[in-house]
Amino acid sequence: MKYISEYRDADLVAQYLEEIRHTVTRPWTIMEVCGGQTHSLVKNGILNLLPPEVQMVHGPGCPVCVTPLNLIDKAVYLAEEKGVILCSYGDMIRVPGSKRSLLESKARGADVRILYSPLEAVKIAQENPDREVVFFAVGFETTAPANALSVIHAQRAGVPNYSILASHVLVPPAIEAVMNDPDSNIQGFLAAGHVCAIMGIDEYYPLVDRYKIPIVVTGFEPVDLVQGILMTVRQLEKGEHYLENQYSRVVKPEGNPEAQKVIQRIFTIADREWRGIGVIPMSGYEVRPEYVAYDANIKFNVNIEKAAESAECIAGLVLKGIKKPQECPQFGRGCTPQMPLGAPMVSSEGACAAYHHFSQAMEEVSA
Amino acid sequence: MELQCPMPQLDFEVITLGHGSGGLLTNKLLETGVFDLLKNEYLDQHHDGATFTLQGPLAFSTDSYVVSPIFFPGGNIGELAVNGTVNDLAMCGAIPRYLSLAFILEEGLMMQDFWKILLSIKFAAERAGVQIVTGDTKVVERGKGDKIFINTSGIGTLHPQAQISKSRVQVGDRILISGNIAAHGIAILSLRQGLQFDSEIQSDTVNLNHTVARLLDQFGEKIHLLHDPTRGGVATVLNEMARDTRLGVEIWQKQLPVAEDVYGACELLGLDPLYVANEGIFMAFVAPEVADAALEMLRADENGAEATIIGEVVAAHPKQVILHSSIGGKRVVNMPLGEQLPRIC
Repeated sequence: MKYISEYRDADLVAQYLEEIRHTVTRPWTIMEVCGGQTHSLVKNGILNLLPPEVQMVHGPGCPVCVTPLNLIDKAVYLAEEKGVILCSYGDMIRVPGSKRSLLESKARGADVRILYSPLEAVKIAQENPDREVVFFAVGFETTAPANALSVIHAQRAGVPNYSILASHVLVPPAIEAVMNDPDSNIQGFLAAGHVCAIMGIDEYYPLVDRYKIPIVVTGFEPVDLVQGILMTVRQLEKGEHYLENQYSRVVKPEGNPEAQKVIQRIFTIADREWRGIGVIPMSGYEVRPEYVAYDANIKFNVNIEKAAESAECIAGLVLKGIKKPQECPQFGRGCTPQMPLGAPMVSSEGACAAYHHFSQAMEEVSA
Repeated sequence: MELQCPMPQLDFEVITLGHGSGGLLTNKLLETGVFDLLKNEYLDQHHDGATFTLQGPLAFSTDSYVVSPIFFPGGNIGELAVNGTVNDLAMCGAIPRYLSLAFILEEGLMMQDFWKILLSIKFAAERAGVQIVTGDTKVVERGKGDKIFINTSGIGTLHPQAQISKSRVQVGDRILISGNIAAHGIAILSLRQGLQFDSEIQSDTVNLNHTVARLLDQFGEKIHLLHDPTRGGVATVLNEMARDTRLGVEIWQKQLPVAEDVYGACELLGLDPLYVANEGIFMAFVAPEVADAALEMLRADENGAEATIIGEVVAAHPKQVILHSSIGGKRVVNMPLGEQLPRIC
């Protein structure tokens, strides 16, 4: 843990915070794209330590939050009506579909299992040859290699009763969607370090040029985050915009070529619907036609009518950084982690849940 | 530890529905198994209940144990069932005396496993100094239970110096914790999920009644409140205390004792150790003037080597628990919503 504790060094954090205070001369709005970064910012109380001129805004980088309602309804349908063993990462099972969440389906008797790796799901399929096993393959570029690998393993091992319900989304198109929104006032980005560890940093150069914004590839520990913020503020104050890599101890410019190969073998880039935001062109992965036997969407040919989102939920505005969670009239009232209206209040990566869990009434506390 | 005691000569290897029928098979299981092993003057009476005399104020507690898997690193459901109720009594400031023990067995449970659990129960009861004086055994059909469920109820006499009550918690009280947090929950989770870490994380299940009694012997009424942070972890205890007393709580992340391997596992799984279950530690809200001495005493105790003062009770922000992060930030620590679920990334 020494490797991690160095990045939680209170003195170093204080030093960077002091530098931010010295550097900043006017208000700046910076978006941390990734939900993991949002979680770390609020969990460590960093937001309260930043000078008021630096406004952090939380981006669409919570894969659970942006998984479309319709896909959750499909997962529920497969678990309840088709009798499949529905496997999922933990925080996906609480997210409400139009009727219920997978957790509620489990309570009603559906076989829903929480796993840590899709390879476990392949094993379950091998152990249950008379049942269909579906892995709800959610995530950004980070989880895509493992999900793709599970398909390769299933094919190699001749496991016909395994498939994935893929809901992969990509970070660079999300940044574009945020910047293309006329209401957006984002002036700089902290890019998600672990996504770049897989994909490298090349995809971000065109974004820096097109939108003339600083992008700093940033890690998740307190020292990473305050350093990433400082690097962004320095660029903003100088009127510069380029790509910087704060997380160079993990992120190589070329990323992880082996992981990229695995992704490319199984997935192809396609238009994707983002919950609360809508369809973003070429913003997700879908299973390649040659692996259609492992695509639960095709295999079960589930056609479910699209249900409407809650009219009171402003998740889309929160995910694009136009509104902060506490600016939602329903925040903490009609929408709580116990009774969420939208996904950002459910997942621990979600901006609304992170604020609700960690920052609730902090103004009162700080007073 | 592996308990050594040969299994009695029985003509069955698994529990069947007949063992819960109340007839000959039940008698054989109880006579040859349970009663002989847990032998004492009360069980020897073979009556519907135990009769005894106890003087002074008493504490009474009950709990049911449904842990899965039933065997885990550092213990099993049997010792958990004894230690859990013993500790609940100790948290009331009581000296645990007598326990009841009720089994719900699932048809098909291996007798060998049941025997191991019984041995652990015997050992845990001896270590805690309690007697198991009455009990019950039921058997349910295969598929209607999870191998074995255990209920224990316990009765204890209040320690003469104990004045444990939420109403006695005051502003300025220091919050002591007797040992490393989150070990039990992570031990169970890692086994349930088939996760392997560099070192095997062990449950911390242990009886705490002797440690608590020594603390009460020395500091008596200066110990205002005791609590064992089992399900829901430390965060739940602190929130319940703040809510019920309408006082505030401040804790320091740097002071939270977490073993390195448990901390690493929590990081990997995206779990907050503050919310993870414990079995063998307790929290004490103590008057500030005795806090350092109580800490010193705890650290010298077999169950308190890792004890620390994690925070204090304050008048500010009533009903709220605030954590001072190790980098100097602050955040609210809320009640957990339900079972903690691991994050995607």
